[in-house]
Amino acid sequence: MSEYILCFALFCIGLYCVLRKRNIIKIIIGLGIIEYAVNLFFVLIGYRTHSRAPILAKGQSILNMVDPLPQALVLTSIVIGLAVTALIVAIAIRIYEKYGTFDITKIRRLKG
Amino acid sequence: MILPFFVIIPLGAAFLISLLGKKLKNFADLLANLATFSLLVFSLYSISQVFAHKILVYKVGSWIPPIGICMVLDGLTSFMLVTVNLVSFLVTIYSVSYMEKYTDKYRFYTLFMLMLAGMNGIIVTGDLFNLFVFLEIASIASYALVAFGTEAEELEASFKYAIMGSVASTFILLGIAMLYSYTSTLNMADISSILSGKPVNTIVGFVTVLFLAGFGLKAALVPFHGWLPDAHPAAPAPISAMLSGVFIKTLGVYALCRVFFNILTVSDRLVFVLIVLGLVSMVVGAFLAIAQNDIKRMFAYSSISQIGYIIFALGVGTPLAILGGLFHLFNHAVFKSLLFLNSGAIEYSVHTRNLEKLGGLNSRLPITGYTSLIGSMSISGIPPLGGFFSKLIIIIAAIQAGYFISATVAILVSIVTLAYYLKFLNFTFFGKLDELRLKIREVPWAMRLSMIVLAIICVASGLLIAPLFKPFLESAVNVLLLANGYKEAVFGALK
Repeated sequence: MSEYILCFALFCIGLYCVLRKRNIIKIIIGLGIIEYAVNLFFVLIGYRTHSRAPILAKGQSILNMVDPLPQALVLTSIVIGLAVTALIVAIAIRIYEKYGTFDITKIRRLKG
Repeated sequence: MILPFFVIIPLGAAFLISLLGKKLKNFADLLANLATFSLLVFSLYSISQVFAHKILVYKVGSWIPPIGICMVLDGLTSFMLVTVNLVSFLVTIYSVSYMEKYTDKYRFYTLFMLMLAGMNGIIVTGDLFNLFVFLEIASIASYALVAFGTEAEELEASFKYAIMGSVASTFILLGIAMLYSYTSTLNMADISSILSGKPVNTIVGFVTVLFLAGFGLKAALVPFHGWLPDAHPAAPAPISAMLSGVFIKTLGVYALCRVFFNILTVSDRLVFVLIVLGLVSMVVGAFLAIAQNDIKRMFAYSSISQIGYIIFALGVGTPLAILGGLFHLFNHAVFKSLLFLNSGAIEYSVHTRNLEKLGGLNSRLPITGYTSLIGSMSISGIPPLGGFFSKLIIIIAAIQAGYFISATVAILVSIVTLAYYLKFLNFTFFGKLDELRLKIREVPWAMRLSMIVLAIICVASGLLIAPLFKPFLESAVNVLLLANGYKEAVFGALK
């Protein structure tokens, strides 16, 4: 149970980072922490104590095995997270070129 | 089997355009238009398939669904496919001329096709994780498209949108993870059948809240609307039309009603939340729209207000209300994309979107003027046009279901809508023309053509509730009314 609580704490740390930090790079890092917390949670769902990877081999019978589906899904989700992070970092670099700052409170040309 | 083509065609087109678009001149234009046209033809053909078979299930890689991924074609799917592909076809025609002023036009088409692949994928898929993947494909393409101009404002809007959109996506993923841990399956129909066998549990309530936050942010319902008024005006006009016209409906409204109506059951509390969210979006969107001086920003707030109508109608939940909601979804897709294309045409000719600097354009841009008149009248609900009928149906359904105060609010918001669209028309097309602008000419033919076609659909869309065309809407409504019967329909089609 404690690992789920820690996982939730990680999620909350990431959310706090996105909501409260002023530097846009820190916001991007916070987004990464949120994604990892969710991925970790997803992997934990498939975990069984004292079990092994579900790889079939001749002459072996596996009694306890972990659920492989969440692992496959998390791989997909990590790739998606990578794409999003790369795009946002690229945007952040262009923002720095235009505004000359990473401070989110000074990047405010849009309002209303 | 036509279902996989809705994803294959735009994905293939995106690949080919990015590969060859730089070398061959006009190749990108041609292929993009060809792809969206074939998608439109396929989606119109899917209507007849739905009438013949009721429901069709495609097994990806011929794996049997609870194990493999499936794609489902039913009334709602075909309705959404027609809406999305109709708008995207007209928008690609428009982009041929409009996007000339940007460099790297082929990159625009690549991203556009990826976004379209994501949206079509969300609509056809029958698997919850697959839905998440397509949702992310569409979202990432749209973050990049919002920043396409790479000016300061566009980058700022795109950053804001990307951060909020990604947080929403992680909420959705967390919801999917919890649902998987509870039901041990990802197939939508299978989840529904396992959930109906289990007693009501708090985990389902928690998943509902996560999905409501995630899809609600994608649909820009009011507490989650902060990104929309920045992101939609910042994008190039064709993309604004796509984002406001169909993007928020596919990622937000369609996903929301598929998940809530067909997979999780709609409880009384959820109905209450949907109605409140709908009403708040309606009122806040409309009042913020009046104060705007930027044309596109006004339209963006108007989108929030109109999405409020659709969510309110889905919350009321009687057959008539759902009919009205889906009908309004179609109408809004048509007239909001028309209005954003109009704003693009204005910006194309006079290089400003500020209402105070415009005026008297009707003499110089007659086609833009008259088509935006039709669009504005339709969205504010003037009788013979489509928007009037959909709003009327929603309000009548609300009164029948006993929501008198909400129905009154909906009528009042409709009047406010008329007020700000009159402001737009008055400041832009009537009054005195600036002398410097005496020589501006009407926009190129491709832009004119798509605006005229959309205006014609705006006028004619009222016919959708005529007896001849009504089955098209009704087959979509029936899917939502079927609620838990969705699983029997899908598993029945597999046998």
